[in-house]
Amino acid sequence: MNIFKLSIKNIFNKPLSSSISLALLVLGVGIISLLLQLNTLIKDQMDNNLRGIDMVVGAKGSPLQLILSSVYHIDSPTGNISLAEAETISNNRMVGSSIKILYGDNYKGFRIVGAEKKFIELYKGVIKEGKDWDNPYEVLVGSKVYEKLKINLGDELISSHGLRETGQSHDEGTFKVVGLLKPSNSVIDQLIITSPQSVWDIHETHDHDEHEHEHDNREITAMLIKFKSPMNIIQFPRQINENTNLQAAVPSYEISRLFKLFGFGIETLSYLAYLIIIVSGFSLFINLFNSMRERKYEMALIRTLGASRFQLSTMIIFESLVLTISGFILGLLFSRFGVMFVSSLMEESINYNLNSLKILNEEYWLLGLSVLIGVVSSLIPAIQVYKMNISKILADA
Amino acid sequence: MLKTKEVEFNYDNQMFFKFQNIDLNSNENLLIIGESGVGKTTLMHLLAGLLKSNSGSIKLFDKELNQMSSYQLDSFRKNNIGIVFQRPHFVNSLTVKENLQLAQYIANKNDNNRIESILKNLNIFEKSNKKTNQLSQGEKQRVSIALAIVNSPKLILADEPTSSLDDNNCSKVIKLLKKQATDFGAQLIVITHDSRLKKHFKKSIEL
Repeated sequence: MNIFKLSIKNIFNKPLSSSISLALLVLGVGIISLLLQLNTLIKDQMDNNLRGIDMVVGAKGSPLQLILSSVYHIDSPTGNISLAEAETISNNRMVGSSIKILYGDNYKGFRIVGAEKKFIELYKGVIKEGKDWDNPYEVLVGSKVYEKLKINLGDELISSHGLRETGQSHDEGTFKVVGLLKPSNSVIDQLIITSPQSVWDIHETHDHDEHEHEHDNREITAMLIKFKSPMNIIQFPRQINENTNLQAAVPSYEISRLFKLFGFGIETLSYLAYLIIIVSGFSLFINLFNSMRERKYEMALIRTLGASRFQLSTMIIFESLVLTISGFILGLLFSRFGVMFVSSLMEESINYNLNSLKILNEEYWLLGLSVLIGVVSSLIPAIQVYKMNISKILADA
Repeated sequence: MLKTKEVEFNYDNQMFFKFQNIDLNSNENLLIIGESGVGKTTLMHLLAGLLKSNSGSIKLFDKELNQMSSYQLDSFRKNNIGIVFQRPHFVNSLTVKENLQLAQYIANKNDNNRIESILKNLNIFEKSNKKTNQLSQGEKQRVSIALAIVNSPKLILADEPTSSLDDNNCSKVIKLLKKQATDFGAQLIVITHDSRLKKHFKKSIEL
């Protein structure tokens, strides 16, 4: 038996009032930590997929939609643009490199992207098994796609029209899996990638009633552009938007706009969570204060057994700290389960996966805050116990 | 062993007590008897070092209590004095055994054999793992005696140990207290208004 054990026994002796303070703290810490985790994970994921893309050119529409669809592959494209127009832009002297991408089909909900081979290099994709495509209708498959759909080399994939699973299926659109990509923790993990020619071919045969269209009527969905100099990011997009019927969007700008939008929500929610933590501190204080009154004879007894004032005060602070520190730990667990839950939701709906359980720096601050709450809320009860007049308490008995 | 001289005490200048001198030798037990309001509990708290007198001297085991700091008194108490309260108090979150272990921990001791032998001696060994609020009144009283003697004090102070008991139990409890004191080599001072106890003590003083 020692003072620390006694503190723990005291907590378990009052499970109800202890668990209310604990639950509040778990909730507060959990929400803040969940917000921090999600914010960091989403930002990391977004930044990771942004590398090497200074500008995206696509059809007119919402710039955010253009970015979401052609950089993150989670929204519908704004439309198609003509290949000829795209070529004109990619030949501009300000453009360092450009990658054309085309959409059209999906296989069981995973997008089939027609893209130049530079696209895979952009995301540092490495072939794990098989080889690169050489001919139309040959595809490379991203890691999440083959893991989830159990696709092997040599399999034939019959695509469906559109970007959703429900689209009508092409009888002609049979793709052959020639390569599997290693996980790269970027968007190509959830894509099926093929040559642009494949996508053109499949839609040409599909739309055979428009067979009269000229050869150069080919279209692409978007073009990812890297500038020669970062300076061009100010001038060039504006030129395109004003002088052509194409749209140019800057991903870093759109994404920071998006974060500002939901950053406001995150801020509000975290203020609420801090409020909950403060309330938990009050509840802890009231808890201890009341239990001091109920336990005053106990305290007097412990003093008469020879314990010093200091030992008793330590016991009170311990009780509070045990609660707040376990609240912190449970809060972190809570947030990790939350991250896993959100991640599984995201994976189902948009094939994104967030999985990192590392402790963030801000969470160490939360630990500090929990300890502070523990000490502050137990300070007054501890001082009271320190000043307690045992003789008077015992005489009143 | 205990020598008091002109001890005076007043609570906030309202109640004033002047206690007669006490002189107790080693190996003697003492009964201090007095009506309500004569300061019995005050005297006991003075002897236990829970209160400090305003003037006079209390010499216990050759130590002058009035000259000790609060911290020294705590430490003196845990090494020398066991207290049996009028109403038994325990740490409610702990079992009988754990209460005794806590008392030992406070006195920097750790001796489960002693706890076992005390509980057996008091016939409550089978209640070792019960929470104290599950005990009967009589059992509680015996546990509070166990708490008072677990650290082998040289002096046991008992405050009204028999006031709420019938004649039969009264005599049982006082015999038990005396036996425990003898068995474990401690002296016993009982403070009470209960005149039934007079016949159990050779030496008594009236306040």
